[in-house]
Amino acid sequence: MTAPSAQSLPSVPASQASTVSEIDFSCRLPLLVFFISAAKWLVIAWVFELIASIKFHSPNFLADYAWLTYGRVHPACTNSLIYGFAVQAGLGVALWLLAQLGATPLPQRWLVTFGAILWNLGVTLGVVGILLGDSTGFTHLEMPGYAATLVFIGYLLAALWGVVNFRQRRERKVVATHWFLLTALFWFPWIYSTANLLLLTFPVRGVAQAVIAWWYSQNLLVVWFSLVALAIVFYLLPKLTQRELHSHYLALFAYWMLILFAGWGGIPNSAPVPVWIPTLSTIGSVLFLLSVIAVALNVCETAGCSLKAARGKPLAAFLLFGVAAFVFAALLRAGIALLDTDQTLQLTWFGPALSQLNCYGFFVMVMFGALYFIMPRLVGIDFPWPKLVRAHFWIATIGVVLLVVPLLLGGLMEEFKLQNASQPFLLVTRSTLPFLRVSTIGDLLLLIGHLFFLTNLVGLTLGFYRARAAAAYAQLTADLFKTAGAKA
Amino acid sequence: MNLGPLIFLAAFFSLACSWFGFVLTPQLQIGRLEQTNTVPAGALYPVMRPGLARQGLGVYRANGCAYCHSQQIVQTGTVCDVILTDPGTNQAALLVALRQLRPLLSETEDKEMMTGLPKTVRQGLSKEEASDLVKTLNSTSAKAAIWIVPIGSDISRGWGIRRTVAEDFIFDYPVMLGSHRVGPDLANVGVRLSDANWHLRHLYAPRSEAKDSAMPPYRFLFEKRRIEKTRSPEAVVLPPELAPEPGYEILPKPEATALAAYLVSLRANEPIFSAPVSVAAAPLAPDTNAPAGGAASSTNAPLTNAPAAK
Repeated sequence: MTAPSAQSLPSVPASQASTVSEIDFSCRLPLLVFFISAAKWLVIAWVFELIASIKFHSPNFLADYAWLTYGRVHPACTNSLIYGFAVQAGLGVALWLLAQLGATPLPQRWLVTFGAILWNLGVTLGVVGILLGDSTGFTHLEMPGYAATLVFIGYLLAALWGVVNFRQRRERKVVATHWFLLTALFWFPWIYSTANLLLLTFPVRGVAQAVIAWWYSQNLLVVWFSLVALAIVFYLLPKLTQRELHSHYLALFAYWMLILFAGWGGIPNSAPVPVWIPTLSTIGSVLFLLSVIAVALNVCETAGCSLKAARGKPLAAFLLFGVAAFVFAALLRAGIALLDTDQTLQLTWFGPALSQLNCYGFFVMVMFGALYFIMPRLVGIDFPWPKLVRAHFWIATIGVVLLVVPLLLGGLMEEFKLQNASQPFLLVTRSTLPFLRVSTIGDLLLLIGHLFFLTNLVGLTLGFYRARAAAAYAQLTADLFKTAGAKA
Repeated sequence: MNLGPLIFLAAFFSLACSWFGFVLTPQLQIGRLEQTNTVPAGALYPVMRPGLARQGLGVYRANGCAYCHSQQIVQTGTVCDVILTDPGTNQAALLVALRQLRPLLSETEDKEMMTGLPKTVRQGLSKEEASDLVKTLNSTSAKAAIWIVPIGSDISRGWGIRRTVAEDFIFDYPVMLGSHRVGPDLANVGVRLSDANWHLRHLYAPRSEAKDSAMPPYRFLFEKRRIEKTRSPEAVVLPPELAPEPGYEILPKPEATALAAYLVSLRANEPIFSAPVSVAAAPLAPDTNAPAGGAASSTNAPLTNAPAAK
């Protein structure tokens, strides 16, 4: 087994060095399933995204197929992105990090793999269900109940062994990453079961549904994403930049502020609910900035407060870009929450742009960094096309900027024009078309990036199994020759 | 030190807080909302949508209409207009009061004011100014009333006469408020466009009804059928450039009919306690609205309830 050349292996005390290959072996199968499936879902999500995006320029595009209508393709895209890629990859990385930090092999790798397969089955059923018109109608929770059940069981099967692994850990030290990861593992089943039970199984009445759906979205897309991605950043960034994490306690402060306040945000001022709900939500969004400031300070100090830390290190660049998007998105969220009720900015293109900035610019970018780091270590060989990693970073960065910035500006312009009621609505929405055209180019670039990503991951895995097969074949033939020689 | 239990408690405590705040409490407050009465008419509101419209809600959900259309009217505040409903017996005193109010207008204009009532005396007042003015006018034995007018760009765009509130949705499942407006808000589309056939034509070919519309056509909700003997009465009437070849007609599938029925049923415009608005009927029925005290008390509490009342 050749060591990856680009980065050094994660440092493990000498006394436990013998377990490194053991840990890698225990994680290999389930995590390869998680990561390759995640990369595949990302490509699928972006095919949907591109179809949805083109429909704005030409409404007749694929309009005669019910399953390809915008209102089905769009949720199919978001669900593939969130459940197919984000949560799946996040869960895989969490398991790997817990095994590494605890210097303990992942227990029950077959059950974890089974969980990963159930998860993927669930997401597949869910996305097909959405395309067939079975969507639940709740944003970010569109997958119908039968798919949600599979997804939930799959998650529990995998996450449980992460927690057991933490209990059995040989390296007893608890670092900030542990706090973030264990909380994330616990967080998802609670919010997912609450949302599914109260919205699908025993639906609550009226707008209470909308409030619960907002609460769920916020807890998944802001709290869960932040917990997992920041855990990765606090672990990986010091490794990649060969510096110590600036402050353990600042990271813990960020953790507390995140879990206490971030879950309250996300309910727009325009919502037809009693006023205390958006008011509390605004307070939550603003107090969450405490966490954001702590993260920004900590990451900045850790990286030496200069972009030099990321020079020639595309993985560190992915992480730093992600943290920048995290800070920017949180500032914008607090900004819109503080605006008065007459602001309907969230109902313009500003809203989707902000959500992409958080989901893609922050979480997916950090995930790219993590998966590029972990994958070569899992299989013990380097990427077949290391240059694609760097190319992917640049193409993803340009893609995200082209996707998000024009829509943010277009949304601001739209809001400004809509304040004047004499402007016909149709003209205002038409005036956003140039911004949409640029964002479609961004989508296209991101799709190319995803293809690079998938190619590298699949190439790496195939290379690994081909080498194993070749070794096994050589072993077998050698044995055959030996026995043949013995007989002769 | 084994920090595992502590981490678990931290996560449990903080998630329980937001669960209590944004799941349990809204359920106790909004989840138990019952039908209310319109103010001042006292009719039950909302009423459940007809069965076909409820099916249409399912079509709306399945095809993700809510990704481009919101159902929430935003209101920036409320202003008060003062309406004169009855000149009363002491018209000379009323004239003096009106002259003080509007010194720039001529006497004849003030006299015109008293014919063809009800008429608006002043617009865009705050609640206090309006009730002072009503007091002044009522002291002359005339009868004046406060007319509540919600304001905001959605309302001046004609999308609704008041903001949408939780009560508007108590019978809907799922509630799809929408988070993005690619197309116009639909909270009151049944008021604006009450003809189901218009909606069918628009669903079949949006640009036939709204030039430059960005909405995709939903032809999969319709079927083309050969005309047997006579045209079906349900066939969609289309402009010649969109009509099928002679001998064929376009019929809405049941989904399209249901969706159109749902769209026509979208009318969140009744005046209710939590979203007060005066509708034209109110000042015309002085029996229910005329006593200034009564009018003021019916407006008082709701006005303080409105989130951004100016």
